[in-house]
Order: sequence, then C-alpha cells, then structure tokens
Amino acid sequence: MPARPTTLSILVIDENRLRASVIEAGLREAGHDNLTIIHDVTGIARRIAEVEPDVIIISLENPNRDMLENMFQLSRAVQRPIAMFVDRSDQAEIEAAVEAGVSAYVVDGLKRERVKPILDMAISRFNAFSRMARELQDARSELENRKLIDRAKGILMATRGLSEADAYGLLRKTAMNQNRKIHEIAESLITASGLLAPPEDE
Amino acid sequence: MSTKPQIVAGFMPLLDSALLVAAKEKGFAEAEGLDLVLVRETSWANIRDRMAVGHFQVAHVLAPMPIASNLGLTPLAVPTIAPIALGLGGNAVTVSNELWARMVEHGAAADFDPDRAGRALKEVVAARAARSDPPLRFAVVHPYSGHNYELRYWLAACGIDPARAVDIVIVPPPLMPDALASGAIDGYCVGEPWNTAAALLGRGHIATVKAAIWRSSPEKVLSAAAKWAQDNPKALASLLRALCRSAQWCAQPANREELARILADKTCIARPAEWMLRGLSGELDTGGGDRRHVEDFFVPFAKAATFPWKSHALWFYSQMVRWGQVQHTAENATIARETYRPDLYRAALKPLGTALPVANAKVEGALRLATPVGSAGASLTLGPDGFFDGGLFDPDQLDAYIASQKP
Repeated sequence: MPARPTTLSILVIDENRLRASVIEAGLREAGHDNLTIIHDVTGIARRIAEVEPDVIIISLENPNRDMLENMFQLSRAVQRPIAMFVDRSDQAEIEAAVEAGVSAYVVDGLKRERVKPILDMAISRFNAFSRMARELQDARSELENRKLIDRAKGILMATRGLSEADAYGLLRKTAMNQNRKIHEIAESLITASGLLAPPEDE
Repeated sequence: MSTKPQIVAGFMPLLDSALLVAAKEKGFAEAEGLDLVLVRETSWANIRDRMAVGHFQVAHVLAPMPIASNLGLTPLAVPTIAPIALGLGGNAVTVSNELWARMVEHGAAADFDPDRAGRALKEVVAARAARSDPPLRFAVVHPYSGHNYELRYWLAACGIDPARAVDIVIVPPPLMPDALASGAIDGYCVGEPWNTAAALLGRGHIATVKAAIWRSSPEKVLSAAAKWAQDNPKALASLLRALCRSAQWCAQPANREELARILADKTCIARPAEWMLRGLSGELDTGGGDRRHVEDFFVPFAKAATFPWKSHALWFYSQMVRWGQVQHTAENATIARETYRPDLYRAALKPLGTALPVANAKVEGALRLATPVGSAGASLTLGPDGFFDGGLFDPDQLDAYIASQKP
C-alpha cells in the first residue's frame, strides 16, 4: 500500500496577530494541522531548524523579508534550498499573491498540486483580512462622525437654545443646502465655534 | 483627462531616495510631461517582486541588485537595466558604544579614518578570538548591496577575514539602531539617516564612512524593467532628464533645508528633518558628541554622480565573485557589464547640455585629485575617487583583478 503523503509543515510569519489567526483558522479548516505561527522574527533561524517547514508564508509588510531570504540561501538550518513560490512561470498566482500582500517560500521539489491549495488559501485569507480591516476602518470613522455630530448639536443647543431634534434638523438642512455631508458641517461648526468662543476645557 | 504617461516607481525610505522623491515633489517629472507615482516599500524583496509582476516600471534599488537579477541570483528575476545612478556615497559604518570603547583602547579616533579604525578593529577581533569570545556580528541591508561589499572590502583590507573572523547578517535599515542598542549586532553598514540616528540617539558611534573607504563610489541606481524600457523609450528618456534636473536641485546647498523637510515627511522617511540634514551636508555627528565634515559624503550631481559607469557594474560583479555569490565566467561578466546603460543615459540627457562623460568606464581609484576629463556638453570634473588602501580597479583587467583578490 502506498504511504499517504505526510502533511506539509507550514510556517506562518505575521506580526499582525489578528491576521495570523485568520490564516491559521483557514489552514486548519482545510486540514493542515502541522502549523506553526510566529509573530516575531527574533531567533527565527532556530525556530526554522525545529519546525523544518515545507512552506513559509509571510506578509509583504514584514520588513524582514531580505533577512529571511538571505538566511534561506546561506543557513544550514534550512536543509534544502527554498524557492519563491511553486513555479515562477505561474505568473497569475504570483500576481494574486503580491496583490493580496503575501509572499511564500516553498521547499524545492515539492509538487505544485500540494502547494497550490495552501497558497490559494493564504491569498484568500489575506484578501478577506484586508476587507475586514477596511470595514473596521469604516465603522471607526462612522463612530467618529457620530461623535462630531453630537458635539455640534450640543453647541447649537447651548448657543441658540434649540432642542436636540431642532439642532439636528438645522445641521441636516445646512448639509442639504450646501450639498455636503452632515459630519462635515458639524466639523466646520465645531472649528468655527472653537475659533470664536473663548477657549473651553476640552 | 490626463494623457501623461504614468510611471510607477518603488522606493525605500532612505536619504538617497532624494533624487526620485524630489523629481516628483519639485515638479521635475511633471515638467517632462510625466505622471510619476511613488510607492514606498518595506523591503528590497518587495520592490523586486512588484517589478516582476509589473506593479512598478522603475525603482530605487541597491546598485548591485539589477546585476544580481540579470545573473539569475535572486528569485523572480526579470531582465532589468540600470540607465541612471542616483548619486554617489551616503553610507557609513556604525559600531556599538561598547565596541567603540574597545576600538578606542586600540587607537581608533573620531576622525572616520578607515585605516586607523580598521587597525583598531583588527586588534579587538584578535583579542576576542584569543579569549574564545563569539565573533563580532555586523549587519548590512542586503547580500547584493554596496554596503555588504564595502564593509567586506574594508575589513579584508585591514586584515580581518569577513567570512570567518566576523558574522555578517541582514537587518532592515530602520531597525539597525535598535538592533545595535539591544546587543543583537555589534556594528552595521547602512545608508543615511540610520547612522546619524544611532549617533544622535546615543546608541552607537560612526567608525568610518563609505566616502573614506572608496571616495565617489556608487550606491543606488534606478532600475527599469527591460521590456518596459524597450517599449517606452520616450517615457524613460523623460524620466532620466527629470532625475538629472532633480539631482541638480538636490545638490544645491540652498535647497538642503527644503529637501530635508520633504524627506522627513511621514509619507517618506518619517523621521526628523534634522537627521536628513547631516547626510545632505556631510556634517556628521560622530556619536561622541562632536561633529565632523566629510568631503563628498553624499554626492547627488557633481562628478557625473548620476552616470551609470560600466566600471561600477564590473566592480560590483568582481565582489560578487570574491565572496562566492557567483562564478566568474566571460558570459557572466558580460551580463554584468550590459546591465548598466550609459548609452540610454547619454541619449536622453544630451538635450540638457549637462556634462556627459565620453567614456563608458574608467579606472576606479586612479584619481588622487579632482581632475577635468573629456566630456560632451559642459566641462566635467571627476574624482578624487581613491580606495583607502590605494587599490586600483581597471575594468579592462577584470580577470587579473579577480585573480588577485583574496577571498
């Protein structure tokens, strides 16, 4: 009976812990259990010697790629030369990876069919993470906008004696008349009142 | 709608990205009818990869990188040319305060003299070996870098075997001062502002400078994807002219403050303008509280500083051979020589009337003094360009030079 191919040893290097856990979850779901995640490259030569990775996945944000590549070329810790990606003629895969912000190193001689699903998974998880980060950023600015509007309402209520609903109505009307966003009007109002009024404690 | 050709250029946040950054920020690229887009990167590997997939048409790279790429020494290599250099000099060797103290005991002084510093370092290395202490560890930014070769050249010329007597590792430039302070490394060779950073933060002492090890020596070039360059000769020529005008602007002492502010911006190097001024003026803090002037520390324009000399390409190649990175063959030497493209430089810059060398190569280290040389356009002065050990590199005697090198 032919022996089943042993599971590949995968090393993920990512300083971003949240993204690392997103990638880890994806790889585990796909049945890759021989997985090592590291966040800090200190002492990485020793870790690589212990883990003997077949595939290394690293973010393009990591400034240590030059150090790692040099180590792969020189170090005895890495037993076989490690080449970038499966096959450098696979331009589409390389492009997708670079677009997603991820790079991979693969032990020479590994079959393309074994590595491609891992790379695909890393790429899709990197993309998913970027989407998530964007959404988070949007949510954060949404919250900030709401705070600006609340402050502007407070100013109008205090200076013009308006009710909260009327203050909001005035902001909304001004925004519509000037074809701008409410939070922009609120921001101008806060700036203007800061300029005109005596300094208050912030 | 703009119909200007767009060129996307990758760069690393270093002082010598100045020519590329000012070409954009001071409008020289726009004046040449180009839409130049700059993208800051975090590693040389990223720049290489993004050149390979076509995100970047050109990039600010270590001068030996395009040669290494064409020799197939790096992953994802695509044919690359170097049609213009981005200045001369700009690096230094910085050591930890602890190592500097040992070197001073053996005669080093705060004068950046490579011979004196090297002799002191040799004594320190020997003393450590006698005590069976671990070898000193030095960092450079990349295996195919001027930093790696000039550090090794300096060590070897001072009788310190770079392959055995010390460890040489790779550390990204912005992390060097911290690595030094933490004791992870004992010294490094890097471009500015990362020597000044250690000196001003009290983390290290500048031992010597590239301008003293090999005066007027090459550091970064603009690399261009060969295919893009072939398909877009006009855009490339416009970019070379913009970079030449930018180099002229960067070289004016009156523009230093403004250039320092541009480079200090959070979209560029994101460090204090004060740090940039040191390298731009050549007024370097030693790290011991005093400041010294270094002649030709960083040369953006004078002395044909942007000319892509084939002798520079061949010297880098000779060092790749010396340190075992590539086998010397006639074919490899030709690949190295043909990577640098003075022909494209000359054709593009002729209309500007600036000084153009008539030769494509020169004997490196031959000029003891500033010397007027044959040129087209304005008159041209080159040198001094000496190696600190009096070495000469004649590109016509490449085989003999390589044979004479001690590994």
